[in-house]
Amino acid sequence: MSEPHPTSLAERLVARFGDTLVISTVRNEVTAELAAADLIAVATALRDEPAFRFSELIDLCGIDYLGYGQTEWDTETVSGTGFSRGVEGQAQGRFNWAGRPRDTDLPRRYAAVVQLLSIEHNCRLRLRVFCEDDSLPVVPSLTQVWPGVNWFEREAFDLYGIIFEGHPDLRRILTDYGFVGHPFRKDFPLIGNVEVRYDPELKRVIYEPVSIEPRVLVPRTIRDDVDLMQAKAEAADHWREN
Amino acid sequence: MAQEIQNYTMNFGPQHPAAHGVLRLVLEMDGETIVRADPHVGLLHRGTEKLAESKPFNQSIGYMDRLDYVSMMCNEHAYVKAIETLLGIEAPERAQYIRTMFDEITRILNHLMWIGSSALDLGAMAVFLYAFREREELMDVYEAVSGARMHATYYRPGGVYRDLPDRMSKYRESPWHKGKDLKRVNSWREGSMLDFIDAFTADFPSKVDEYEDLLTTNRIWKQRTVGIGVVSPELAQQWSMTGPMLRGSGVEWDLRKKQPYAKYAEVDFDIPVGVNGDCYDRYLVRVEEMRQSNRIIRQCVNWLRANPGPVMVKNFKVAPPSRVEMKEDMEALIHHFKLFTEGYCVPAGETYSAVEAPKGEFGCYLVSDGANKPFRLHMRAPGFAHLSSMDTIVRGHMLADAVAMIGTYDLVFGDVDR
Repeated sequence: MSEPHPTSLAERLVARFGDTLVISTVRNEVTAELAAADLIAVATALRDEPAFRFSELIDLCGIDYLGYGQTEWDTETVSGTGFSRGVEGQAQGRFNWAGRPRDTDLPRRYAAVVQLLSIEHNCRLRLRVFCEDDSLPVVPSLTQVWPGVNWFEREAFDLYGIIFEGHPDLRRILTDYGFVGHPFRKDFPLIGNVEVRYDPELKRVIYEPVSIEPRVLVPRTIRDDVDLMQAKAEAADHWREN
Repeated sequence: MAQEIQNYTMNFGPQHPAAHGVLRLVLEMDGETIVRADPHVGLLHRGTEKLAESKPFNQSIGYMDRLDYVSMMCNEHAYVKAIETLLGIEAPERAQYIRTMFDEITRILNHLMWIGSSALDLGAMAVFLYAFREREELMDVYEAVSGARMHATYYRPGGVYRDLPDRMSKYRESPWHKGKDLKRVNSWREGSMLDFIDAFTADFPSKVDEYEDLLTTNRIWKQRTVGIGVVSPELAQQWSMTGPMLRGSGVEWDLRKKQPYAKYAEVDFDIPVGVNGDCYDRYLVRVEEMRQSNRIIRQCVNWLRANPGPVMVKNFKVAPPSRVEMKEDMEALIHHFKLFTEGYCVPAGETYSAVEAPKGEFGCYLVSDGANKPFRLHMRAPGFAHLSSMDTIVRGHMLADAVAMIGTYDLVFGDVDR
């Protein structure tokens, strides 16, 4: 182990990369957002330079920001008939393929999130790269920097359809052979599109359109801090101090 | 006359006893030598992360048990730790000791499963039977505390579901347990659960000696593992390896020591590391980890005996009120209703929380937009990262060594496929 650096990781990142990275530190977790074009150069520097030495890539996952912050139950305003019923919405589990959200115009929906670990300095760093184009999300592949990212990128491609440019073998990994669509996208129905069964007459496994109905038992609700402040008063726990 | 010899492709699994579940391995073989290995995973993919997005936070704890279904509580730990971080709450000290103890019980459970099945793959039948004898006792502990032998759903954001029970269930008289034998198996079970664990941990090191008698100097075991699947420390880091896979290569990295959570900073234990990074070293590391876990459990038992106290935060936004309070207090009733219908809202933000699960680093990346359901939940499974290095490591090995390698990865497909 080397001497602990006198400056914090966030300071070192700012000193080295300047405006390339947008850095935020919450609860001692450092997150750096960067453009896809800078990713390979920054990643290589983070791996090799003695101030960082992020020798291990712990995780990479896709994320789809469609519907971020949307609720299905208005808990603020009340009408003569009470609060809204919380039975409508476009959140996960509410729709089938025909009724999927079409209004998906969001500046930059998809991102790839990378968790790095430096064994030498015992610190972690999170990188977030947004894909510029929602219709064809592309991010450069990190396989040249950390070979272990291979399957994580395949997973993000499979589930979110993010294309990792330069990946040697970008195949589906978790879904079925011949699967259509990217199931973790927010506009992909939770119930799926097809179901599988063995047909005794045809004597083979067949695929059929899904027969179950979408159903959600608990509406998605966002409550503001008031609730939590109340909890704080009740319990004197350390709520939201961070 | 020169003869052209072609490689052939062989399919291994998904229905193969050494595939540890549902691994399909497409192997390109040159005679008995592996030229290329292409693992096909995902046969057990259940979309846990997507399912979690459609449910209030607490309803997904049970899914975590079903990810890596031989290290159940460690998975729960990563998940509830992530929620607690975003909520900014901390479990009471006693709950943290209980979690530490159960994480280590889980580690022993996992390593017993590993040593048994791994030895079985490589031709040693008996270890499996011995290992399952001790697993049975520990699963009874799981059952005593949560009601379920495996899928406990015991950890909750803010603590654990309930305090440790005062008594252990006993065996009843049956054609298989009667007379002196019945007395013997019930002798540990007279007192509380802590007494039982105390008796178990006093006895367990001698059981580990038994496994070691069967394997450590066993000629066949050593022939199958020494020098097989050598992973250099650099290779291990390039391929995102953690846990015993990394420590077997001599890198002293254990989250319990380096980034302590729960009460790992307060208990005394050592991190075993390997030297050569082969299957045999990883075996030695795991065996030693069982002994160290035993040590940690004993320290936790002592602390838990001496320090009664709450095991859940007294905050009705995340923890249900007691039945008595509910019957007397309107507010408590409302809280109970809200908690079990709507759940609680988690402040917007993101966090990555990792625990040292028996297989390696099990992480939980949680993104909340302030709602009562996760916006994005990603589980970082150690087995997934490990298996991805399969091709690099088994190239040039014999077919039988692929089996040794699958064993040493400690794969569980609930974990790999999620």
